[in-house]
Amino acid sequence: MKYAAKRVAMLLLTMVIVSLLAFVAFDLISGDPATAMLGTEATPEKVAALREQLGLNRPLMVRYGEWLLGFFTGDLGMSYSYRQPVWDLIAPKVLVTLCLSGLTFLLIVAVSIPLGLRSARQSGGVLGSVRTLVNQLCMAVPPFFTGILLSYLFSTVLRWFVHGQFPGLDKDLGGSLKYLFFASLALAIPRVAMTVRMLRSTVQGEMRKDYVRTAISRGNDRGGVLYQHVLKNALVPVVTFLAQTMAEIVASSIVVEQVFGIPGLGRMLVASISNRDYPTVQAIVVILAFWVVLAGTVADLINQRIDPRLRLGGAS
Amino acid sequence: MKNTRMNGYLKAGLILTGFLTALIILGFFWTPYDPEAMMAGPKLQGPTWQHLMGTDKFGRDIFSRVLQGAGTTFTIAASVVAIGAVCGTAVGALTGYFGGIVDEALMRLNDALTAFPSILLALVIISILGPGSKYNVVLALGLVFIPSFARVTRTAFAALRDVNYVKSARLMGASRRRILLVHILPNTMQVLLPAITIGFNNAVLAEASMSFLGIGVTPPDASLGYMLSEAQGMFIAAPWYAIGTGVTIVLLVFGVGLIGEGLQRRDKEVD
Repeated sequence: MKYAAKRVAMLLLTMVIVSLLAFVAFDLISGDPATAMLGTEATPEKVAALREQLGLNRPLMVRYGEWLLGFFTGDLGMSYSYRQPVWDLIAPKVLVTLCLSGLTFLLIVAVSIPLGLRSARQSGGVLGSVRTLVNQLCMAVPPFFTGILLSYLFSTVLRWFVHGQFPGLDKDLGGSLKYLFFASLALAIPRVAMTVRMLRSTVQGEMRKDYVRTAISRGNDRGGVLYQHVLKNALVPVVTFLAQTMAEIVASSIVVEQVFGIPGLGRMLVASISNRDYPTVQAIVVILAFWVVLAGTVADLINQRIDPRLRLGGAS
Repeated sequence: MKNTRMNGYLKAGLILTGFLTALIILGFFWTPYDPEAMMAGPKLQGPTWQHLMGTDKFGRDIFSRVLQGAGTTFTIAASVVAIGAVCGTAVGALTGYFGGIVDEALMRLNDALTAFPSILLALVIISILGPGSKYNVVLALGLVFIPSFARVTRTAFAALRDVNYVKSARLMGASRRRILLVHILPNTMQVLLPAITIGFNNAVLAEASMSFLGIGVTPPDASLGYMLSEAQGMFIAAPWYAIGTGVTIVLLVFGVGLIGEGLQRRDKEVD
């Protein structure tokens, strides 16, 4: 419990640091939001009035504190380009990206763990080389390229979904999930290849250890040893790897959302970067960063459940 | 100890990458048609001997465009890896060899940074530097790639700090610079070379993703990523455009991936 409390405290500290860095960085680059919002109508008096109204004349730390408070109460300021509260813009999109990432993650776990364990039990030979080649090939295919091919196959040829017409989660949940499934397929392929490869080398490394030899010499069969002893020991690096995968999914979903025309956070981020809409960019970046940090923390908490040694200060 | 020099993966990877690199270098000096010239051939024509990858809806020769785009992507990825590897190795060498509080602090920072996906960090830096310039892409990705190289080399330098040949070099009065560069650096190649292959592939994919999104390399510069986004719009009319471009990216990454796989296997067999 003590470990968990420490880990959560560290999580909060990391979140504060990350958001502070983002805030300061965007404050430095964004120039004067008042001028940006007024655009061509900017006169010195109007700018000064708006600066006062937006509270830009107060110290940085005060504004950061307010922004962070706003982050948790749903007040993220106004978007420059849409002239709407940032929160209203991104709230529906967070859920879409969450669904896409969750679906992809489930797909990766469901496919790669059985495949990885199977491939760990077989070794070498011609089949092994073929597997390595297929694995390398899958890792080489960028999700946006598979995305283009998949959307052509399933949308134009098979007509299983209509490209560019995302039904919306609140209107048609089943249809939306079906739409997202094709995108998650494109996202999952390279990550499945990486996870299988990682699982295989971890399990095989573990299988060479002394305790496995002892267990087998005492008459256990290899399969039994694999599932009862090896798996438990191999799990810790795998959980850490999966947390990294979660982070990578979120990052590559930015591109795949663009390919499939999914109205998620990624598309919003790209549009806001192109429009130099800094309040929106800042909010999305911080949300994605929190997501990554949270995934790492959850992985650590799961790991210390699996491996009690980590609870005794083994991990900092 | 068999196959310590070469193995199948390494050979196949070197042949494939060598072939592609030769084509790309050729593309710097000569392309069959002007990549930007409209009506270099009939519009929307499938692959023929005159147009190996067909033409797009403006009648531009896709093979010429792919050659040029691959050149841009290749140059960017190579520059990114060069920045990342040189700066990362410098940081890793100094912190790994000397250790201490700076090492501790930098490595914590490194852990935090490597936890973030490189595209995400690069997008943040791009939004600060301003989108749409190839130099900003190189700078953003180069910065993002430093921590992973620093981590790999730090471990190697820290491990080699106290081995006997380094100790004896130190006793013989070799300068720190000589120890780091002449005695330790060559022995870190075993970890550095696979890291470079992985870094190169990540750089190719990251650049392609960013240009695909329209915030990396933008016209008039051609890049494979931007061309793919262009090709998606005309996929039904000219599927060969997307396929030619996409397959080029896949082959480039696949070839370098095989070299990395071969290097790792070779080192395992030596052990």
